[in-house]
Amino acid sequence: MKRLLIRNGRVICPASGHDGVADVLIEDGRIAAVGPDLTAPGADTLDAAGLVVAPGFIDIHVHLREPGFTHAETIATGSRAAAAGGFTTVCCMPNTNPVNDSATVTTYIVEKARREAVVNVFPIGAITKGSEGEELASIGSMAAAGAVAISDDGRPVMNARVMRRAMETARALDIPVIQHCEDLHLSAGGDMHECADSVRLGLRGIPAAAEDVMVARDILLAELTGARYHVAHISTKNAVAMVEFARRRGLPVTCEATPHHIALHTGHMRPYDSNYKMKPPLRGPEHVEAVIEGVIHGTVDCLATDHAPHAGDDKMQEFERCPFGIIGLETALGIALEVLVHTGRVSLNRLIALFTSEPARVIGWKGGQARGALKPGYAGDVTIFHPEYPWTYDVKKSLSKSANTPFSGRTFRGGPIVTVVGGEIAWKAPGF
Amino acid sequence: MGRSLLGIEDLDRTEIERILNRAVAFQPHGGPTFARVNTCTGMMVVNAFFENSTRTRSSFEIAAHRLGADTLSITAAGSSVAKGESLVDTLNTLSAMRPSVIVMRHQASGAPHFLARHLSTPIVNAGDGTHEHPTQALLDARTILDRCGRLEGLRVVIIGDILHSRVARSNIFLLSKFGASVVLCGPPALLPREMAAMARGVEIEYDMRRAVRGANVIMMLRVQLERIHEPQMQAGEYFRFYGLRQEHVDLAHPDVIVMHPGPMNRGREISSEVADSQRSMILNQVENGVPVRMAVLERVLLP
Repeated sequence: MKRLLIRNGRVICPASGHDGVADVLIEDGRIAAVGPDLTAPGADTLDAAGLVVAPGFIDIHVHLREPGFTHAETIATGSRAAAAGGFTTVCCMPNTNPVNDSATVTTYIVEKARREAVVNVFPIGAITKGSEGEELASIGSMAAAGAVAISDDGRPVMNARVMRRAMETARALDIPVIQHCEDLHLSAGGDMHECADSVRLGLRGIPAAAEDVMVARDILLAELTGARYHVAHISTKNAVAMVEFARRRGLPVTCEATPHHIALHTGHMRPYDSNYKMKPPLRGPEHVEAVIEGVIHGTVDCLATDHAPHAGDDKMQEFERCPFGIIGLETALGIALEVLVHTGRVSLNRLIALFTSEPARVIGWKGGQARGALKPGYAGDVTIFHPEYPWTYDVKKSLSKSANTPFSGRTFRGGPIVTVVGGEIAWKAPGF
Repeated sequence: MGRSLLGIEDLDRTEIERILNRAVAFQPHGGPTFARVNTCTGMMVVNAFFENSTRTRSSFEIAAHRLGADTLSITAAGSSVAKGESLVDTLNTLSAMRPSVIVMRHQASGAPHFLARHLSTPIVNAGDGTHEHPTQALLDARTILDRCGRLEGLRVVIIGDILHSRVARSNIFLLSKFGASVVLCGPPALLPREMAAMARGVEIEYDMRRAVRGANVIMMLRVQLERIHEPQMQAGEYFRFYGLRQEHVDLAHPDVIVMHPGPMNRGREISSEVADSQRSMILNQVENGVPVRMAVLERVLLP
């Protein structure tokens, strides 16, 4: 029996309400016990004194680019970047080539991840065939093959009738529908948030309303169908307000925010630098503040990175020709600590929930797949981090295959130290 | 990128004045053509035009020749960009030929700014997308100064498709730095309210008759059909509400001048009567293109 004993850390598990120095014992890939002075003869031990020991972090929104775009990222490299960011579980979006719209592709990803990934990888299936927005994908078969949610991320479902049918299907399967909310007619051709800066720089704008109208429509459809509906990378004031409205009506509506949407606003953009180009775009300060408020008040359920690798030459172009998206796995915790915890706006406990029990609740892993808490029987995934130590992000040393980030060179206070996946050490900070 | 000229927004008033004053020395002053000074003999100016242009490119070529510099002009159709090479690679290749300056026009906003971060050769922006066209604003300022003697305190009305106009943006930045009051006027879909925040002294007026009242300068912009991706106003409706006619000129200051960066669409944004009138500075603008660009090139070539 393989055993790992993590000793003397400050164990914080929001789901079980534990916060105090304790040991965590993992046996056969699962949490076996949490408590003071555990003994486990023959177990490997890890001394976590002075460190925070949390349930393994979960990122429900990443792009691993495999199959199809392996020049930008692979399941192997993306999973290593995840581990280096403290993540033990990631959910990968279906916009691969081919699109993950069938059990065949889902199974391919699951099998490939089993062999090559150092963290748990759960695929998200497409809503529509080819993510083209017209015909429903093989949703039931994908779910049976291991897809934990459906989404046409990056290519929002514009047809309300198609979205309705997808929600009905997902409801029957008890999986969430995740939408990248963007009315494509309103956003067409846009490269950044529509505001005084977009006008000044001569760049076409993506108005906040492009996100708002789709969130509004989808909430009404969620009410109609009873589906679990999740707003990906929420970025506007009105979208947050509408999710709050849906909650008050008792609808099973959730949302996530990315670290970059709480850390950066349009004023931080270096003009025409594609490392600041993503969808939704960086918004104005009033929107950023509304999203942070949403995190504080619980309207925003969890943090997710939208880790979106693009190869260097794709990002080395005229701004309007560059693809959207930045990588984010390795900087997520550093940013979240900086924006939320060190400012005193969110407790360390709540921050951990945003990365663990909350995303687990959004997806709804059950039984043998239960994760996001340090409870006996749960996945033996643990994230050990230091909430204070200073370190500087150097994207040249990134484990991702891509380097598209605006955060290289930034110094953070606090970051991951050891990432444990299924009782095995998946990553350790250099020098630890 | 110290000597590059990427936009008016980054220039201070003193630098602009230096260019405008230097341009006077290159004007024909009644002579048959522009002064030939040969201060830049042996230098090489590469004109890289990734978007069609007749007047700006020929104006830069003449300016370079009058300074004694050699020129090489590349257009998109014949360039390796048409063969799929990336912009950075194309410009790196050009740069390896050791030009003294690259004059560049590109359809993407910010393309020269992006390249300036990766290239050691100075760049002069000859128009980037819907962002800036700094030499046009400089020659417009020279033209206004020639006629009105000052910029400060003037009421300058810019009319038309402001949203897609790089000429408008550069002029807004320049005129504001010199204390002119700038009135923007155009159909709401082509004139977002946010544009009032671009610079000090900018206001927005959707009614053309109110906009031109008391104006010292009326600048018309071309309707850029190729850039408009929006559900659009009918052409007849556009001319009715935003086309410049004599009745508007009559509402302006008695000494008003009318400008247009060209190429103009007669009957769409300006009536022939006005375009060909004594008030029209359209050919003066073209003429000032050469001395102003000589001053701009000299600033880059002789630091």
